Amino acid sequence: MGKHVLVIEDEPNIIEAISFILSRDGWTVDTHSNGHDAVSVVCAKSPDLVILDVMLPGKSGYDILTELRQMETTRKLPVLMLTARGQSKDRELAEKIGASRFMTKPFSNAEVLEALHELVPQ
Amino acid sequence: MSQRQLTGSRIRERRLMQGMRQAELARNAGISASYLNLIEHNRRRIGGKLLLSLAEVLDVEPSALTEGAETAIIATLGEARAADKVAAAEKEAPEDFAGRFPGWAELMVRRHRRVLELERTVETLTDRLTHDPHLAAALHDVLSTVTAIRSTAGILAETPELEPEWRDRFHRNLNEDAKRLAESSQSLVTYLDQDSSEETGLASPQDELEAFLTDADYHFSDLESAGADKVDTILEQAEMLQSAAGRLFARQYLDRYCDDAKLMPLNDTIAALRELGPDPAVLARRFGVSVPRAMRRMAELPQTEGVPQLGMVSCDASGTLIFRKATEGFALPRFGAACPKWPLFQALSRPSLPIRRVVQQDMRGQSAFLAFAIAEPVTEPDFGHDPLFQAHMLLVALGPADWKPEEVSGLGVGCRICPRENCAGRREPSILTDGF
Repeated sequence: MGKHVLVIEDEPNIIEAISFILSRDGWTVDTHSNGHDAVSVVCAKSPDLVILDVMLPGKSGYDILTELRQMETTRKLPVLMLTARGQSKDRELAEKIGASRFMTKPFSNAEVLEALHELVPQ
Repeated sequence: MSQRQLTGSRIRERRLMQGMRQAELARNAGISASYLNLIEHNRRRIGGKLLLSLAEVLDVEPSALTEGAETAIIATLGEARAADKVAAAEKEAPEDFAGRFPGWAELMVRRHRRVLELERTVETLTDRLTHDPHLAAALHDVLSTVTAIRSTAGILAETPELEPEWRDRFHRNLNEDAKRLAESSQSLVTYLDQDSSEETGLASPQDELEAFLTDADYHFSDLESAGADKVDTILEQAEMLQSAAGRLFARQYLDRYCDDAKLMPLNDTIAALRELGPDPAVLARRFGVSVPRAMRRMAELPQTEGVPQLGMVSCDASGTLIFRKATEGFALPRFGAACPKWPLFQALSRPSLPIRRVVQQDMRGQSAFLAFAIAEPVTEPDFGHDPLFQAHMLLVALGPADWKPEEVSGLGVGCRICPRENCAGRREPSILTDGF
């Protein structure tokens, strides 16, 4: 049984592509596409790592991460943030609220895998 | 310093303009040169009889010495000075400058206000790019779709033995995303185009004219029958003509259109075109008009059976494009100069000589055009004055069987976006290839 990753992203074809490459790489993949109840889904699934998009319906990725960092159980949970905005202030904000890694769209499959392996050594 | 005190500066300015010495003015006005010196440097107030005397000697109305730079001008000059490190060190007060050089001061104030206006425009545009929710959503949509495409394409390319079900699924996803990307990028471009022309007022009068003509597809059916009586109505209804210059250009075009329609009636021209073919010189002879007029009239025709797909460009003697009607398959540069190998420019160097060439921009060799070009004087013959020329080029789309590869002249749009290598006409590197 591989490590468990939760992908929180609202773009169905990105979810499908990422799920495919992570599954082939040995990860157990769960997905979720709504920001509104994302925090409770993270708590319920207890993944080893979260891939979190910034722009989500219901609640932004920044708000979700802020809440996760305030809870004891998810304070140190590795979170890879995905965003379509690559401005330095977005990166700074993500780091400030506790993102483990920050990746700008569009990214390659290899970049995602490399980041995950760094965050959660298999 | 009050405005009244600027009177001295104005007296000095007027005296210097007339080349009069200080002593001379003082003597004629009945005061000492040293006292005039104090007045001219705004250190003594002046009014009443002495002001009248000085005005009389200087041969100006007294009001010309007491009225001048407005307080607002002085205030704006002060602002401009404070905003600039070098100017801030200037010892002369804005009041003195405004009093002595009212014209220059006004110019500087106008320039300063323009700079502030442009800075505000830049700020607004920057702010819009950063915070415009529509733009942010559109860009997010484009980038998300590109991400999905990149990731899916990566899987298809890098997974050697992909199961057929997965392969089909990812192909379907790619197709969906490609369509979505095309739609969202087109919507983004439309949004940005609308902004630049409608909201910021950055479109030039030429852009307005081109938008107006493109909207009408260069054909005005009302003018064919009613003639010049309809010009005002058409102009009133044209929302894209925002500036006075744009409306003037459009009026000039429409007036000329009426003349063209009178000399070459619509139905007769279409019938002649069907009978004689799309040769502007032949049509010009049939109707007894100039070749450029026949070209223009052909470009004004509506799309109908027997009328081929036509484009047209004209340039002035500097080579600047002054008229353009685009046609699919032959791109016209939006900015900057066009390809020097266009027959249009060859015509300019050989005035009055008709030039006929089969030309091709498409490097894949799929579409070709028959180009007719000629340059004719726009001024009446006048001994002692060189004529001024304009060149015109009509482009007629050719069918696949209408041209042979050996007769084609290859050319481009403009050097910046032309990938042709070893071109004798190249004047600058292409962004599509390396170097010259």
